[in-house]
Amino acid sequence: MNFPKDLQYTRTHEWIRYQGDSAYIGITDYAQDQLGDLVFVNLPEEGDELMAGEPFADVESVKAVSDVNAPVTGVVEEVNEELADAPEAMNEDPYEAWFVKVGEISATVELMDAEAYEAFVAEEE
Amino acid sequence: MEAKKTPLYDKHVQAGGKIVEFAGYLLPVQYQTGVIKEHMAVRTACGLFDVSHMGEITVKGKDAVRFLNHLLTNDYTVMEDGQARYSPMCNPEGGVVDDLIVYKVKEDDYFIVVNAANKDKDFAWIRANVLGDVVVEDISESIAQLALQGPKAEEILKKLTSEDQIPTGYYTANFNGTVAGYKAIISRTGYTGEDGFELYVSPEAAPVLWDKLLETGVEEGLIPCGLGARDTLRLEAAMPLYGHEMNDEITPRTAGLGTFVKMQKEEFIGKEALERLGKPTCRRVGLKVTGKGIAREHQDVYADGRKIGVTTSGTHSPYLKYPIAMAIVEDAYRAVGTQVEVDVRGRRVAAEVVKLPFYKKA
Repeated sequence: MNFPKDLQYTRTHEWIRYQGDSAYIGITDYAQDQLGDLVFVNLPEEGDELMAGEPFADVESVKAVSDVNAPVTGVVEEVNEELADAPEAMNEDPYEAWFVKVGEISATVELMDAEAYEAFVAEEE
Repeated sequence: MEAKKTPLYDKHVQAGGKIVEFAGYLLPVQYQTGVIKEHMAVRTACGLFDVSHMGEITVKGKDAVRFLNHLLTNDYTVMEDGQARYSPMCNPEGGVVDDLIVYKVKEDDYFIVVNAANKDKDFAWIRANVLGDVVVEDISESIAQLALQGPKAEEILKKLTSEDQIPTGYYTANFNGTVAGYKAIISRTGYTGEDGFELYVSPEAAPVLWDKLLETGVEEGLIPCGLGARDTLRLEAAMPLYGHEMNDEITPRTAGLGTFVKMQKEEFIGKEALERLGKPTCRRVGLKVTGKGIAREHQDVYADGRKIGVTTSGTHSPYLKYPIAMAIVEDAYRAVGTQVEVDVRGRRVAAEVVKLPFYKKA
């Protein structure tokens, strides 16, 4: 299991990568492993407002659908439309498979660094 | 009630299976390979499933045929030894108690395989309806079941048994088989839409055979498969699943199983109700999702601005690479090509009625 040091993580298994005043959001390696083969993603649109801790997208494996929660409150600046066409990218390279880029960030949920998240996952196992 | 382990539980854990509780049993939903690869292995090579959770019931006695014809909607009057025949089992209201497969072992001796989730209900129901001179026994605990499924299944099985032991016809079985030296019922049946075998063996033999088969089938591409692939495979093949396409209230004809209901039989449980109900007003259809989204079970189906049905199963089809679903819809909307919408968690997603099965082996 991979836990890149340059990311922060949520208790609901999303990652966030800050870049200037904006941030990219995706699901973690642990999340994709738990979900299994991902075959569909339902993404928000540019301009949508995200609420920290609330679902903003959903992903579907062959078997089931799961919500993806927003780590931050903010506004969607960019949507990774390629992900909708190739949802398997979430399994293959979860930390490159970003969902949205968010700006105007005003609040965040409790975030963990890589080490804390790795320990958190170990406990969930 | 605590979930039971099948005789293969340790094998699943060792192989990295993701264990879930299903029908009171701890079973792997998938292994590390994942549902899609497991599914494709069965379509293109071969997969091995633990289906030991299924229930097995024997019916013996000089009135066995008469009893089966009373209990079940299909006709068991004329059958060869070793032949298998599917049937719904109805309640007096015409709903389905369960669907099952009956094998004729020999005269006055029948072997029934029922769904895991229903086996206690079924056994009680069968016992309560006994007629004439028959003895009914639940032998589930003494039997493990392995399903070897896929175009390479026969090739693999041949390496572990002699060719004359392998039944040649679909829905036939050899009740005196041996596989790798273990006694086995070798049945040419399955729940995947592919050629393949279901092997009924003792709980002691099961783990040894599991390893032997996997070892023997390496060359052919055999891998272990979990419940996830079992469900996507049966869905592509449009095989109904109890609790989804049928239940205590859905009649066999509504579920598209009319060919297994022999109305010309003198009597059977549910016949009067089915006669009274006549032609069903709703039917099972196949849906291909053409919009963006994946339809799942229990989602409303719309057309002409109103609800016309409900989905019973749905998934992303690993073989066809688009989402498929089965639904029970009003008769007027069951023609192939009919455009409908499915309410996928509050979003209307476009779908089209298509011919069943979604997948048919070449």
